[in-house]
Amino acid sequence: MDTTENLKVGELTSAHHSAHVAETPVLSAMFRDDDDLLSAVKAVRAKGYVVAEAYTPFPVHGLDRAMGLKETRIAIAAFFYGALGLSTAIAMTYYMMIVDWPQNIGGKPSFTYAMNMPAFVPILFELTVFFAAHLMVWTFFVRNGLYPGRKAQNPDPRTTDDHFLLEVEIKGERSALESLMKQHGAVELH
Amino acid sequence: MHYEAPVREPLVLGNKSYHDVTVEVARPIETAPPRSWWIAFSIALLLFLWGVGNILYTIGYGIGTWGLNKTVGWAWDITNFVWWVGIGHAGTLISAVLLLFRQKWRMAINRSAEAMTIFSVIQAALFPGIHMGRIWLAYFVFPIPNQFGSLWVNFNSPLLWDVFAISTYFSVSLVFWYVGLIPDFAMLRDRAVKPVQKHIYGILSFGWGGKAKHWQRFEEVSLVLAGLATPLVLSVHTIVSMDFATSVIPGWHTTIFPPYFVAGAIFSGFAMVQTLLIIMRKMFKMEHYITIQHIEMMNIIIMVTGSIVGVAYITELFIAWYSGVEYEQYAFLNRATGPYWWAYWSMMTCNVFSPQFMWFKKLRTNLIFTFIISIVVNIGMWFERFVIIVTSLHRDYLPSSWTMFAPTSVDIAIYLGTIGFFFVLFLLYARTFPVIAQAELKTILKSSGEEQKKHHSDHDGHH
Repeated sequence: MDTTENLKVGELTSAHHSAHVAETPVLSAMFRDDDDLLSAVKAVRAKGYVVAEAYTPFPVHGLDRAMGLKETRIAIAAFFYGALGLSTAIAMTYYMMIVDWPQNIGGKPSFTYAMNMPAFVPILFELTVFFAAHLMVWTFFVRNGLYPGRKAQNPDPRTTDDHFLLEVEIKGERSALESLMKQHGAVELH
Repeated sequence: MHYEAPVREPLVLGNKSYHDVTVEVARPIETAPPRSWWIAFSIALLLFLWGVGNILYTIGYGIGTWGLNKTVGWAWDITNFVWWVGIGHAGTLISAVLLLFRQKWRMAINRSAEAMTIFSVIQAALFPGIHMGRIWLAYFVFPIPNQFGSLWVNFNSPLLWDVFAISTYFSVSLVFWYVGLIPDFAMLRDRAVKPVQKHIYGILSFGWGGKAKHWQRFEEVSLVLAGLATPLVLSVHTIVSMDFATSVIPGWHTTIFPPYFVAGAIFSGFAMVQTLLIIMRKMFKMEHYITIQHIEMMNIIIMVTGSIVGVAYITELFIAWYSGVEYEQYAFLNRATGPYWWAYWSMMTCNVFSPQFMWFKKLRTNLIFTFIISIVVNIGMWFERFVIIVTSLHRDYLPSSWTMFAPTSVDIAIYLGTIGFFFVLFLLYARTFPVIAQAELKTILKSSGEEQKKHHSDHDGHH
């Protein structure tokens, strides 16, 4: 899929979310197979419909591209969290070992950071990983709105088992969209 | 869709639908446990309680209750610590390294292997804690000024590196495991009929709904966590080995330690995964998911890493001779022929000799044989740490300080207690958690399910 189209659709969906998410009625279609869901997504988007959401029991390969979702930037965030961890570790070891209380340990004085730094490599590495991993997971929870006690986000409990739910914004005749969904194997329409 | 060559063995046996996977993964949680579970749990609980009693006794009276003396200041406690940390490594190897290598067979076993990692690191962390003697001062290991005055921890010390390595490893493994568990907890929540169960799994699942964007982030987070956990797991046992390698004790002061410890860790960890999974697949009827092929793959890893460990042992001996350092030479001669010769040769037999049986397909696909070897390997790896630690210490620089080490009943009780604690945690996990990463497994059902594969090859035939 080409990237310009990806971007365009991404902009469209985000504008839609901020402006009129509540008013636009959606058609919910239930599928029993991931391949049916994928072909339905491709078909409705080809006809100009906007896919509001899809709920699946497992990550369906290629669904994000078919829906025109933008690529996630969470890995980039993790890189910066790692850089923050490394900086924190450098600042901490520098302050504690060099500035605040320099020590002559085993007859090997280490009064400059350059002399002492090799001994801190394990600490620098561990804190880089610690910050990158934990802050990325926190970002994942916050961006997805996941927290203990949150009500289930999926409207139908079967979508964590073996059902696939597709929500498409209704545009024009509802029946046209319904028959399109049925053509692609929808088993229930709401 | 992902296509897989027909020559590859199916990873999921039988004719399973997505719903079958859901039902079968949820079954151990929704039904009463078999009698064998109760028997195993009772034994583990008794061992655990016995261990707790002895830990409390140690804290009350001090580590004089152990068999340590002025020459051998580290013995079973640190042996057990290294042994448990090593066991934990296989879980991360399976979930992170095999994910990066796109090994789909990991999906049936990664959840339990990661659980094993977390539970064994808990056991490991116990030992430095109680070895401190005054456990209420355990906060001294954190970078806060001692006595809340102005003296800091020493970042030059490998023991402090260890604190950072183990705590990072534990906490990162925990979130990696938990992120993977969230969709499966959501599955249990959506199936639960009893209100209490529904409520608990509702809290645990964080409200997960499986939205497309969330799955996209989920996969990215899993991949990045795997990328972070891979160097992390290698760093952990490297740093553990530096506790020894950076000292000047003959037998410890060697540069081969980091890779040698890491290989040994993977070796013992996979053996423990075998021990646990062979029991679990039988107890909870998971034979269609954890197949003989999975067991065989892990046996091959045990064989390879066991051979690496063997090469490391021989290299150590060679380098001791080649170095020309007489103290180093004596340390190794003493290991093999001194008063602890039986420990050294148990280690050699269990770790180098026994995995070589896995060259034979008949043996590596035999469950009972695999189970026995998995126990033998873990006994051998325990002896490896004992040999490294005690035989290097017991003949000190001055012959007047030469001693032997003998464990007391407290040493033995605490060690067996951690085995009990480990099994208590694992057995509880097996009853309350989804023991197979079912959401992930469903992604390979169409490409790697037995019936689905047959269908594909028929289909190919028509073309």
